[in-house]
Order: sequence, then C-alpha cells, then structure tokens
Amino acid sequence: MQWVDTIIQGILLGGLYALYATGLSLMFGIMKLVNLAHGDLIVLAAFVIVVLASLLPPGSGVVLALVLSLPMMFAVGYGLQVGFLNRTLDRDILPPLIVTFGFSIIIQNGLLEIFSADSRRLPLTGWESASLSIASGISIGTVPLVCFASAVAVIAGLNFLIYRTEIGRAFRATSDDPETAQLMGIDHRRLFAVAAGIAMMVCAIAALYLGLRANFDPTIGPARLLYAFEAVIVGGLGSLWGTLIGGMIIGVAQTVGAQINPEWQILTGHLAFLIVLVVRPRGLFPKSEG
Amino acid sequence: MALLQTVKLSTGYGDFQALFDVDIDVAEGQIVAVIGANGAGKSTLLKAVARLLPVGVDAVRFDDADISGLAASQAVRLGITLVPEGRRLFPSLSVEENLQIGGYSARRGSWRLAEVYDLFPRLVERRHHMGTALSGGEQQMVAIGRALMSNPRLLLCDELSLGLAPIVIQDIYAALPRIRDAGSSLVIVEQDIAQAMRVADRVYCLQEGRITLTGRPAELSREAIHTAYFGA
Amino acid sequence: MAAASPRFQMTTRTRVSSRAAVGAAILTAGLAALPAVASRGLIQDLFFIFTMLCLAQYWNLLAGYAGLVSVGQQAFVGLGAYTLFAATILAGIEPLTAALLGGVVAAAMAVPTAFVVFRLRGAYFAIGTWVAAEVYRLVLAQVKELGGGTGTSLTMSVVSSTAGLDWVSTAFDVRTPAARDIVVYWAALALLVITLAGIYWLLRSRFGLALSALRDSELTARSIGVDAFRLKVFVYILTAAGGGAAGALIFLQSARISPDSAFAVLDWTAYIIFIVVIGGIGTIEGPIVGAIVFYFLQTYLAAFGTWYLMLLGAMGIAIMLVAPKGIWGLIADRFDLHLFPTRRRLLVAAPGEVQLPSKRK
Repeated sequence: MQWVDTIIQGILLGGLYALYATGLSLMFGIMKLVNLAHGDLIVLAAFVIVVLASLLPPGSGVVLALVLSLPMMFAVGYGLQVGFLNRTLDRDILPPLIVTFGFSIIIQNGLLEIFSADSRRLPLTGWESASLSIASGISIGTVPLVCFASAVAVIAGLNFLIYRTEIGRAFRATSDDPETAQLMGIDHRRLFAVAAGIAMMVCAIAALYLGLRANFDPTIGPARLLYAFEAVIVGGLGSLWGTLIGGMIIGVAQTVGAQINPEWQILTGHLAFLIVLVVRPRGLFPKSEG
Repeated sequence: MALLQTVKLSTGYGDFQALFDVDIDVAEGQIVAVIGANGAGKSTLLKAVARLLPVGVDAVRFDDADISGLAASQAVRLGITLVPEGRRLFPSLSVEENLQIGGYSARRGSWRLAEVYDLFPRLVERRHHMGTALSGGEQQMVAIGRALMSNPRLLLCDELSLGLAPIVIQDIYAALPRIRDAGSSLVIVEQDIAQAMRVADRVYCLQEGRITLTGRPAELSREAIHTAYFGA
Repeated sequence: MAAASPRFQMTTRTRVSSRAAVGAAILTAGLAALPAVASRGLIQDLFFIFTMLCLAQYWNLLAGYAGLVSVGQQAFVGLGAYTLFAATILAGIEPLTAALLGGVVAAAMAVPTAFVVFRLRGAYFAIGTWVAAEVYRLVLAQVKELGGGTGTSLTMSVVSSTAGLDWVSTAFDVRTPAARDIVVYWAALALLVITLAGIYWLLRSRFGLALSALRDSELTARSIGVDAFRLKVFVYILTAAGGGAAGALIFLQSARISPDSAFAVLDWTAYIIFIVVIGGIGTIEGPIVGAIVFYFLQTYLAAFGTWYLMLLGAMGIAIMLVAPKGIWGLIADRFDLHLFPTRRRLLVAAPGEVQLPSKRK
C-alpha cells in the first residue's frame, strides 16, 4: 500500500512539474527559444503572489493573489521578449542562452536582495490543508489534487488556443516560418511577446502550487528549470500532453527514490530522465517534424 | 494615377546590391509582368515592394503615398500581398488553415474561403490535408488563395510556374484575369517569357538589377526582348 | 625557356603575431621567475587568473569553435577535483600526479556523458550538460569516504607530499602553505601554457580548419567530409580533460572540497561564460582579456555581493546584444590585430620574384 501511495504522490507531483514545463514548452514551440531563466521566473512569480497576498485583506486566500499576479507576469513576459529576447532571435543559439542566463542571475540576486535568503511559503487559509481519503492508508492532499487538475486544465486550454483559435493559428504559422508569417500581416515580434506573456502566466499558476506545497527561496529556480526541462524531453518535444506524462514520470521516479532513501529523491529523477534519453532520444510522444 | 510606383529603387542583401535605380509603374487594374534571367533581381524587386527589404526614402509609393518606412506586415494591411517564391505554405497548418491565416489582417473585400474555393475547386476535397501533402500545382493554388484572403489591392506573384507541369501552369494562369477582374492589380515575376507576354498588360525586363526594357507585349519584338534579357 | 611558375606558401603568421610570440615567451619566463620576488597574495591572485583562463579557453573551444554551448562544464571541474582528493587521501598518490589523474578521469567520464547528452541539440544540449553535472554532484555527495554532502579537507601530510615542495620551501625560505601556493602556481602556469599552445596548434592544424567549417555551417562541413560528430566528441573530451586538470589544481590549492563547491554553477560556469563573452568568444585572445577584466571586477566589486552578480549578469546581456564579439572583438576589428592568428593566407611569389612576400624585409 505504501508503494501505491508513493506512486500516486509521484503522479500528482507530475502535475506540478507539468505546469513548470508547459511555459518552457510553449516558448520553445513558438519561438524556438529555451529560457534559462524559466525556473527563476517561476520563483519570481511566487514572490509576487506572496507580496500580493500580504497586501490583500487577511483571509482573501491566495487564489485572488494569483489572479492579480497574472497580468503582472504577462507584462513581465511581454517586456522581456520585446525588450531583449526578440533581439536574439535571428542569430545562432548563443545569444538567447547567454541573455536568459544573465537574467537568471539577475533575478536570483535581485530577489535575494529584496527578500533575503529566508525561505517562505504561501499562507494557507484552510482548504489547502485538507485531504481526501480514497482507500485505507492512502490520502491525497487537496493541493496536489487541485494542482494536477490545474495542469490538465491549463494544457487543455492551451491546446484549444493553439489548435482551434485564430491566434493559435498565427502562433503555429509564425513558429513554422516567421518571414512568411509577416506576409500574412502578422507582426511576429509582437506575437512572440504575447506568447511569452502567456508562458509567464502559466508560470504564475505553477508558482501558486509551488508556494502552497513547499517552502521556496530565491535560489531554487535552477532546479525547477531542470525538472521542467526533463519533463519536456521525456514527454517529447511538441506535445503538451506528452509533457504531462513526462512530468508524471519524473515525479514518480522522484517519489519512488525518496521512498528508498530520502537523499536520493532528486538523483532518481535525473536518472529516469537519462534512461529515457538514452532509450528514446526523441521522448515518449514526440510530434513528428512536419 | 499609378497604384504602385517605384522611384529609383535600389536595394540588396547586406553588402550585395541587387537593384539599381529601378522605376516601375503599375496602374489600377493592370497585370504587369517582370521578366529576366536568374539572379536579375526580379524576386528582390517584389520583396522590396512587399517591404521585406530596406529601401530608400520615397523609393516605393503606393496610392501616391511613400511606404518606404512600412514593415511587411503593415504593407499587407494597406493592400499589398506577396505570394512568395517557392510557395512557402505553413507545414503545421492544413490547407484550410493556410487559407484562413491569409485572412489574419484582411482588408474588407470579396475574397473569403468560399470565393477562393470557387476559384480553385480542386482545393475543396483537400482542405483538411496538411499543406505540404499536396502536389506542386495545388500548393501554388493554396499560396495564391492564401494571399487573396487578405483582399489585396496589389497582388505580387513570385515565380508562379516554377517547378510545375505545363498543364498545371495553364490552370493557374487562367485564374489571374479573374483575380484582376475581382479588383486586384497584379505584378507577376516569371521566367517563362511566353506565358508572361500572354497575360500581361505591360512587361518590364530586368538584367543584373536594372530595367532594360519596358512596354506592352504587342509592341516588343523578340530581338528587343532577347537583348534586354541577356545583354548586348 | 619557360618562365618559372609562381611559388606559393600557406601561412598564418603576421608581423604582429611574430612579435607577439616573442613577447609571450618573455612573459612566460618572467611569470615563472615571479615567485622569487612576488608576495604570496600576488601568486594566489595569478593562480586564480591562470586557472580561470584555462577553463575559459576550454569553454571557448567548445562553444566558440565546436558550437557546443555547455552550462555543465562544472561536471569535469568537480570530477577532476574529487579525483585529486580520492587519489591523495584514499590511495596516497602524490598530489601533482593526482591532478594529472584528475584530467584523465574527467576525460574518461566525458565519454559516457557525451553518449547521453549528445542526443540533445542546441539549448537542450546545454541544459542536458547541466543535468549531467548535477548527477555527478549528487552521486559524489553520497560517497562518505570523501566527506559526503559536507565534504572534506586535505590533511597537512597530504599537502606536504606534493612534489617539489621541500625544494621550494628551502629555495624561497617559505613555510609549507606558501610553498604549496608556489608549486601549484607553477603547475597552473604550465597548464596554461600547454592549453594556449595546444589550442593554438589545434586551430592551425587540419582540425582547426574542420572546426571553422563546422562553426560556419555543420551541414556544409559534413558534405565535404568533415566527421562532425567525431570532431565534437573529440573537442568535448579534450575540454573535459583540461577542466578536470584545472579543477584538481584549484582544489589542491584550496585544500578543501564539498559537492556544492566542486560542482558550483556560479564559479565554474557562470563566471567562465562571463569571461569568454565579455572578452570575446571565438578567439584565443578574447578569454585572456576577459580573464583580466574579470579579475579586476572580482577583486574590487565582489564585496558588493548580490549587486556585483547582478552587474555581471547585466554586462553579459549588454555585450551579447550590443557587442557580441566582446572587448577583444572590438579591438581586433578596429585595429585589425591578431596575436594568435589562425586565418590562413596565401603568399604567392609572382613569376620572376626571387622570394615569397613574407620572406622579404
């Protein structure tokens, strides 16, 4: 029974990792850009939510703070893309990597300066600590459950956006061929900025659950980036549902590892990733290249 | 009054200058053909007009206004649409989606999906296929249809017949007068001189980045074209 | 009688580079003799510059020439350092030999690492190298014999067993720790000279031509017969070896190790990338300039902690957007200066001329 509980916890953890990964996947899918500051931006969003929550009347709950943080994080993504990342697009792989790496360092240290290295958590108002008992000895916390459900909802929503709306068509077209997209009247730079803004909003949602599930501090960003990246690669490039599965695999690998030896949690996650990479280099559900 | 006018248009790619003081005129309702050998600068000319390439101030005038400062995406909204060389359909989109994306910045006008399918009936049964799964001729139809969806006043067509079988080329060229009659002027770049002469109201010949000949097809002799095309 | 056909020769030498070569030899000799007169602090500072410069040259070779942007080179620094500690503490091997062994072990570990990470491309390759480094860090944190998660130190007896220590102690009349600094300084200087000479030689050889082709266009390079994969793996292993040796020396000097310090992203990747990017990627001179600039920034501004790091990040971003060729790139373009020229020029003697142009005064 213990193992069943472990695996369930791992699957639910996968929902969180899928949320981390979705923003990364979105930016890579649309503008072929891997943002090394991705994890730090999630942490930034968590701090934004913490600050907003502290400004709101007590008892309002963190969800309201999340909602208020969404336009702010959209603006962060939009500004980052328009101000800096759009200028790195046409060239080779080094500029986006160095620029986003630079931002990673700036964000981490900026947060350290403003908030100090103390770890914090989002305030719990009650529903978060509840749990569901589904069988003898197995109970699931509401936060992990709602988190997983959110991941499914976000992925479903994004898939709808990308495959069934006009702007989604524009994303796909611009991702295929930015120059010809211009010939359709698409301002690809502004479109990329919108995509970055959406990715940051997903990061904010991920940050909510990050902050509810565990403590966070300014330095944990890079580890989130690695988990997000692993979920994307394991799941297969180009598939958001694949990313969910990838997240679940990493999550289960971690919880199983933790069950064997608490010190091994992160290591088993990495090892699962490496094994999949060796056995299935393109991931489990890659979208075949056009 | 000319719909499109280029005035001493010079442009190129980085250090390489491809066009030298090119002057062309396109009147409303005209079909203008630009002919020339490979590398003469025909595609460059269309790209410059479509605003994909930088040009000098006042070098391109549309509707008697200077558009040299516009970006390509803005030119579309003004009514200038380019059908690029090689079709360049979006591989991730189906045929119908390719057409729909053409209407992303559409002006008001008569071209909608129904009208495009009416022009190119062969596309109807293919509309949910991925754009790249079609034959060359069908892809060219999609590319043209996609451009029409923006309801252009000026349609620029780059090498429509490239890589296509003669019978398919006939089908496509048969559509051009219908497009003109629906309200768009056309500039076509064409390597097939005979085809160009058959459909155009006016012909320009480019050689190494310069206009070497212009006139109505009926007025131009074979020798004159030959000289203009290849040089003395 | 037929006119003599033109004779020709390929050369990379320029007038400036010939003079620079002489200057470099003199400089090296001077640096080697420095411990006789310099303070301990200066020796330590120069050691820092030498080792960071080595790491920067290797990262530059990997990213600027082979096109492999890695943010995981700390893996090999850490592996080399841990090899040193394991070899000296557990097997009683002499430290400098153990440092060499560190390079060997790092190179050996680069093989399975490459096997895994080369399945990824571009930015994903970069993150993959980071994951690999994390795996090594986490695994070594489990090794209790080497201090586990908190790490361990080199005992005085281990340090004292360093080759040449006794001679240095008597020759310069210094105690063991200072003598160790001097020996390690010479080792670092030797590693730097080998690194610079080796990379320069490599770039001037056929491999260098292949690397340049690879950098410009992998597809075209492969179509003319360049085995891109083999070349990249070779460069990856080479840089791992260098990183391992440098890492071993660095931690020999500090005599203390922990998984977090040995595999630190900030010290062994962020700072290194900064050095290469600020100085100028894709040239040998660039990282040299970058290392010197970094040394001064580190010396005078590191006290500002987070603000200093934010400044470094901002500088890296600015350079990448505004002057991607770095400081040396600006200088080289402005003055057409090449101290380590690798561009091949053809010297042709016209018929009738007796000597090739370079041979003339």
